[in-house]
Amino acid sequence: MAVAEHPQSIEEQRRWEGDLDQLRGLVSERAITGETMLLNMGPHHPSTHGVLRLLLELDGEQIVSCLPDIGFLHTGIEKSIEDKSYEKALPLTDRMDYLSPMSNNMAYAAAVEKLLDLDVPERGQIIRVVCLELARCASHLVWLGTHAIDMGAMSVLLYAFRERERILGMFEMLSGQRMMSSYIRPGGVWRDVPDDFLPTIKQFLNDFPYKVDDYEALLTKNPIWKDRAQGVGVIEPDVALAYGMTGPALRGSGVNWDLRKAQPYSGYETYDFNVPLGEHGDVYDRYLIRIQEFRESMKILNQAVARLETVSGPFRSRNNKYCPPLRSELGQSMEAVIHHFKLWTYGYDAPDDEVYNAIESPRGEIGCYIHGTGANKPRRVHFKTPSFIHISALPVVSKGYLLADMVAIIGSVDIVLGDCDR
Amino acid sequence: MEIPAARDPVSAVREVFGGALLHVKEFRGDTTIVVQAKRAAEVLDFLRVSSGLVYNMLSDVSAVDYYPNDYGDSFDGDETDYRPERFAVSYHILSMLYNRRLRVKAFAADDDPRLPTATVVWPAANWLEREIADMMGIVFEGHSDQRRLLMPDDWYGHPHRRDYPLGKETVAFSFNVDEIHEHKPFARD
Repeated sequence: MAVAEHPQSIEEQRRWEGDLDQLRGLVSERAITGETMLLNMGPHHPSTHGVLRLLLELDGEQIVSCLPDIGFLHTGIEKSIEDKSYEKALPLTDRMDYLSPMSNNMAYAAAVEKLLDLDVPERGQIIRVVCLELARCASHLVWLGTHAIDMGAMSVLLYAFRERERILGMFEMLSGQRMMSSYIRPGGVWRDVPDDFLPTIKQFLNDFPYKVDDYEALLTKNPIWKDRAQGVGVIEPDVALAYGMTGPALRGSGVNWDLRKAQPYSGYETYDFNVPLGEHGDVYDRYLIRIQEFRESMKILNQAVARLETVSGPFRSRNNKYCPPLRSELGQSMEAVIHHFKLWTYGYDAPDDEVYNAIESPRGEIGCYIHGTGANKPRRVHFKTPSFIHISALPVVSKGYLLADMVAIIGSVDIVLGDCDR
Repeated sequence: MEIPAARDPVSAVREVFGGALLHVKEFRGDTTIVVQAKRAAEVLDFLRVSSGLVYNMLSDVSAVDYYPNDYGDSFDGDETDYRPERFAVSYHILSMLYNRRLRVKAFAADDDPRLPTATVVWPAANWLEREIADMMGIVFEGHSDQRRLLMPDDWYGHPHRRDYPLGKETVAFSFNVDEIHEHKPFARD
């Protein structure tokens, strides 16, 4: 294999290394003259939560401008889905936001259901709500642990991961996988909850509120934590809206918008819970909101688990044109065998039309745009992911704060780079 | 404060922009309006600021490629659909006040696809449009940052186009990038 000779020509080197001319108009003129400093943060900085590179322009320690550089985790998931039938594309969606795969499954499955006009049975919807809220807790626990360790509170991480491990254990019970669950599927969920799931989740729901109290005891009134978090990374409500921010980052600024309330899906309108709101829009308010969301999720989970015990029925749509027949039917029904064979080889046709469907993930609105072709593969699938939007807003959020605050700001908007780059 | 009554976005746009509104479609509860490409940003700004509409948030911008023959004269699918050109860009906008969504769609031609940028209406469009420019090769005129977003700066082609081969890609490094480009089966070159 031919290896290019080094050193290359000046043009060749510029092509790979870049130069300041490329950044004209993106950083201030003072950076071009060398008055301010350009600093690379990442892509392997631990507090960038994955592989995010930030090109920071610093005046002393103050951030003048910030240019996020993404794409290091770009895996072409949207392109790959174009070559798969609708059901077989589902495992790819797990790998986008790897801290809450259930939410991705739900976003994709709900969009496919909208495209096919497919209904989900009640028990399926309840199991989905249980999964989504557990995923919210698991995701917030990782956020809490890493956010705290970024800001110097080392011990919270260990406590947070201890509880997350229990949630992942429950996901393993449900789907056989701790993280890449592929459990929520178009039409319902993969299978019914196993017998030992209910006692396990009840035990968890019994313990977890006290654990949240423990986290709060470590952080909420901690003067060091407050010093680092209060008044830092303030997002004004109109800025948050203009930049399309959603989820806790938007609610931290006091905008009451939660898709579970505003445009309910999967039966969220029948659960009793509150949407916590912030006042100042700073790092501390976003922290408080996520802590309160633990408690609201517990409320929803308690109601959902109670329903799970009373509501029986199918966990997945019985429309065998779209959802595989039960295993037990395969031995008795020729029709079931035909459906089974057809679904796992060809899949199903979806209309040559487009839908957009959004759900509330732990990070904000995750939307899925699907354009069918009339055949068994989509023409285009696009995921609107909250991390992508939030990183694009980092320059405006971080402007004027200190370099050390950047770490707090990145942590508080809760980004996942797999979610961002897809 | 009293909230002004909600207006129908389709008739409001038709009233103001007349012939620039090319097509209206309803599917599974999603309303789509197709507008002239060169006036797309104007329409979006109108929808954002007008009372009774107030689409104050840009949820998503996504592009779709109707290659090879699902557009123009060769399109023989559902006649209620309207696909004059190869590329379509959809702006999914959301009105929090009236709790409803709308899809504003604009088409761009196969040769030299261009659209006006919506970054002046919503800063949120910045990266969403850069992603489309990178992955679909649609130029957004007036966009402040024309660099690639996800793919490397020296990447050849636009991966989300339907004529871009899927799979069987050799991983490109600096030492083999020219070699790869020589034998790559670009369908449209």
